[in-house]
Amino acid sequence: MSNPYHCGYNLHSKTLHTASPGGGLKKTRQSKIRLHVNGKLHDLEVGDKPHQIKPSHTLAHTLRETLGLTGTKLSCDEGACGACTVLMDGKAVLSCMLLTVECHGKTILTIEGLRNPETGELDPIQKSFIEHTAFQCGFCTPGMIMSTKALLLKHPHPSEEQVKEGLSGNFCRCISHYHVLEAIRALTGEKGHS
Amino acid sequence: MDETFRHIGKKKARVDALDIVTGKAKFLNDLKFPEMLHGAVLRSPHPHALIKDMDKTEAESLPGVRAVLTWKDVPDWRGGTPRYTRILDQKVRYVGDAVALIAAEDEEIAREATKRIRVEYEILPGVFDMDEAQKPDAPQLYEQFPGNVVTPGMPFFGPKSLREVVMGNVEKGFQDAEVISEGIFGYENIPNPIPLESPGAIALWEEPNHLTLWVSNQASYMDKITLFHVTNRTVNVRIIGGPCGGSFGSKFMSWQIQCYAALLSRATGKPLKLVLTKEEHLATFTLRPASRIHAKVGMKKDGTLTAIQGEWWIDTGYYSMTTQAQVAVGCGELQIMAQCSNWDLRTKIICTNRNASGIVRGFGGQELKCAFIPLLSLAMEKAEIDPLEFLKKNFVQPGGGYFWRDGIWYDYRGIDYRKVMEEGAERFGWREKWKGWLKPTAVNGPKRRGVGVGIHGNADIGEDASEAYVRLYPDATATIHSCVTEHGTGQITNYIRMVAEVLKIPMEWVSLTPADSMMTPYEFGPAGSRGTYAIGAAVIAAAEDAKKTLLELFAKKMSLQPQDLDTEDGFVFVKARPDKRLSWKAMSVDRTITGYGRFEPDYSLTNCMISFVEVEVDTETGKLILLRVVNATDVGRIIDPPGLENQLNGCLGSGGIDSAIFEEMVLDRKRGYLLNANLIDYKWRSFLELPVIKNVVLETPMPTHRFQAVGVGEIATSPGPSAILMAVSNAIGRWVHHYPLTPERILMALRGEEAQG
Repeated sequence: MSNPYHCGYNLHSKTLHTASPGGGLKKTRQSKIRLHVNGKLHDLEVGDKPHQIKPSHTLAHTLRETLGLTGTKLSCDEGACGACTVLMDGKAVLSCMLLTVECHGKTILTIEGLRNPETGELDPIQKSFIEHTAFQCGFCTPGMIMSTKALLLKHPHPSEEQVKEGLSGNFCRCISHYHVLEAIRALTGEKGHS
Repeated sequence: MDETFRHIGKKKARVDALDIVTGKAKFLNDLKFPEMLHGAVLRSPHPHALIKDMDKTEAESLPGVRAVLTWKDVPDWRGGTPRYTRILDQKVRYVGDAVALIAAEDEEIAREATKRIRVEYEILPGVFDMDEAQKPDAPQLYEQFPGNVVTPGMPFFGPKSLREVVMGNVEKGFQDAEVISEGIFGYENIPNPIPLESPGAIALWEEPNHLTLWVSNQASYMDKITLFHVTNRTVNVRIIGGPCGGSFGSKFMSWQIQCYAALLSRATGKPLKLVLTKEEHLATFTLRPASRIHAKVGMKKDGTLTAIQGEWWIDTGYYSMTTQAQVAVGCGELQIMAQCSNWDLRTKIICTNRNASGIVRGFGGQELKCAFIPLLSLAMEKAEIDPLEFLKKNFVQPGGGYFWRDGIWYDYRGIDYRKVMEEGAERFGWREKWKGWLKPTAVNGPKRRGVGVGIHGNADIGEDASEAYVRLYPDATATIHSCVTEHGTGQITNYIRMVAEVLKIPMEWVSLTPADSMMTPYEFGPAGSRGTYAIGAAVIAAAEDAKKTLLELFAKKMSLQPQDLDTEDGFVFVKARPDKRLSWKAMSVDRTITGYGRFEPDYSLTNCMISFVEVEVDTETGKLILLRVVNATDVGRIIDPPGLENQLNGCLGSGGIDSAIFEEMVLDRKRGYLLNANLIDYKWRSFLELPVIKNVVLETPMPTHRFQAVGVGEIATSPGPSAILMAVSNAIGRWVHHYPLTPERILMALRGEEAQG
């Protein structure tokens, strides 16, 4: 079992700041992980109890099992398929490859938080995916959409190559790629190559 | 009669679209129940061994562990065809075979417990090749299968279940032949369909014998029937299906996982979830069967086939539930593309010590044809025939026929598909690009281009039975009761579309029940491209039946005859005077109307898809790039334009075209391990490597369907792989016959060496 201090260099909670570097598990159990998820603040306890965050928990696990945000999908659980993609501080990350205890103070956006929180209006990416039937089974879709979101935050008008590069880590077995590209082109105005 | 439609053929958002793009769609692993436990499986590290002794006390004493089950603790539930594979056995038959099942409070504890079970094995020699498995001193997997050959008999398809094609006189056929080709060809790279969602199940056992299973499968109702038989007809099974995160055939059958979950729930009295890890999914769930033929074909110079003779061997792995069905269908599908008077094609299914084969898109036909078309190509080369002309000549046409899976001859009553073959060829530019056998289309320094073509047709579009109810309510809504779940084809939306079309109401007024076997009638499930014709026909018939009852009821109220009436937008109106109408509300609040529809199997039709491919081979590096694919099909009428397009684009993945380029499970044929059982080492195509795909779809009305349509989704993967071999052979001027065409194999072929594998 990994010790949270080993990856706790970026933790900001008071408890951890006051803990000595050699501090034991006792202090860790009292520590909290603060996550901003979809605009909501979560102070999560670290520990071994069922409601707590184990140091071994991945961000994907915490999102799905602790916070109930099952829109983030798990497939390979080893960073190969992109199904678990979420945004952390505006950038796409693989939530299966991050330990939750590494994410203290981070701002996370998942597929559930993509709608406008006030109006409930869908993100334009979501609308375009519906419009272009840019999915088949839909299991990879949350990851695809979040990768697209990160891409468009960085490059509002990406080239075709940038779009393909931006989504190259997202595995889709139904082969919805072509409709996904159409959905993104429709948003960015980039003309497709036939 | 030209009908105008309000929903059929229109581009509409899928009914589940909002749930999918917002993350609301609940796949199996998203479900949670109070007190739910988690399951894990201890798996064998040996390909073949006897369990001499087991000690599970340490695992049982681990806090949080609720049950540990070994072969001694479970009833004699068996699967396989015939049913000789025990759910847990004293003997393990592949690396990954289940040795013990664990229930625990969370997944981590369950997996930890697997490490604390001590197992003493007596290691037996394993066998990993079909030739080796048939030798007299080969290790024997089952005492019931002497020589490791599976006993034939597929009860589901009846007593004459097809396992060979024997007709005419092959000796005379070969005498009449002007060219003959012969050899051993295979499609043995066991590509893995790998849907993104790993297989799993949630079980709740209630004494004495009630089992509820939550599944995310392709054929929810069939799980009930399969489990009933596996449990020796002792368990009353209720299935509740939800969205399926990809299947491609594979999740049509997951009886083992369902039984593991059921047994652990039975042992603990709690609901239990068991979902495979991705590694388990790749290494222990079902693969495409491996196929090898020893065969000979005779042909006239004009491409007329005079004789087909040979043996088709199928490596099914350590058992299979469905391989015999795939053999039956494969034999049928070869006849559809290769009409010939004289046949002697025999089959043999062989067990080896690797994980089991199961269903993958192409269902037997793809497996057989990927081995057979290279053999046909050799004969075509000798006869100097353009493969397009050969396919046009030999694909079944009205007047032809075939023995289908039940061993019965069917006179083909579908359309002539030559028109769409020609249309596809034109759109591809086949005639300009085809330069003759083993001749490149273009050469640019070390880079050489070549073209190939393949075809597939399947009479399973009308396979098996379907049933549905359609219930009408006084508020002008309707509910379809059908045990179907969405696995990516968009068909749920299409059943709603078809019912809305029949009842002439907005699609938003129609809904579908959950796929709960307790509230829906029988449904075989969407497979074999049967969704449109078979399931569609049942749903349409139920809607028509409900409409008939509705009109009868309103005829009495309006003192008219039912035939004087019709219905639209929730009003029944007089056909001669549409302004004279009565709202469905007149049904009164205390009434619903239920229609029943059933589809009876019909094997007299086939679909057809032809795929043209253009590749570029770098003769210095051996790298193969797929540049372009043109798929051409005739669907009678397009029901769902984007859904159809998506299905056809699916030709690349899930063990389709890419099984000829890079997809394969790499089996260590000495130790029995699959070496690339993860999504990093198993190669898959990314966005950066997409070829151009054009789909050509004709709409020749097919009178067999209410909306003149026929399904085609399943077969999209099937014509492509052999077309790639053909294209690469033409590009480099040498025959290549091994799947997949890795750079290494291409370089070997260029050096004139015989490739292995």
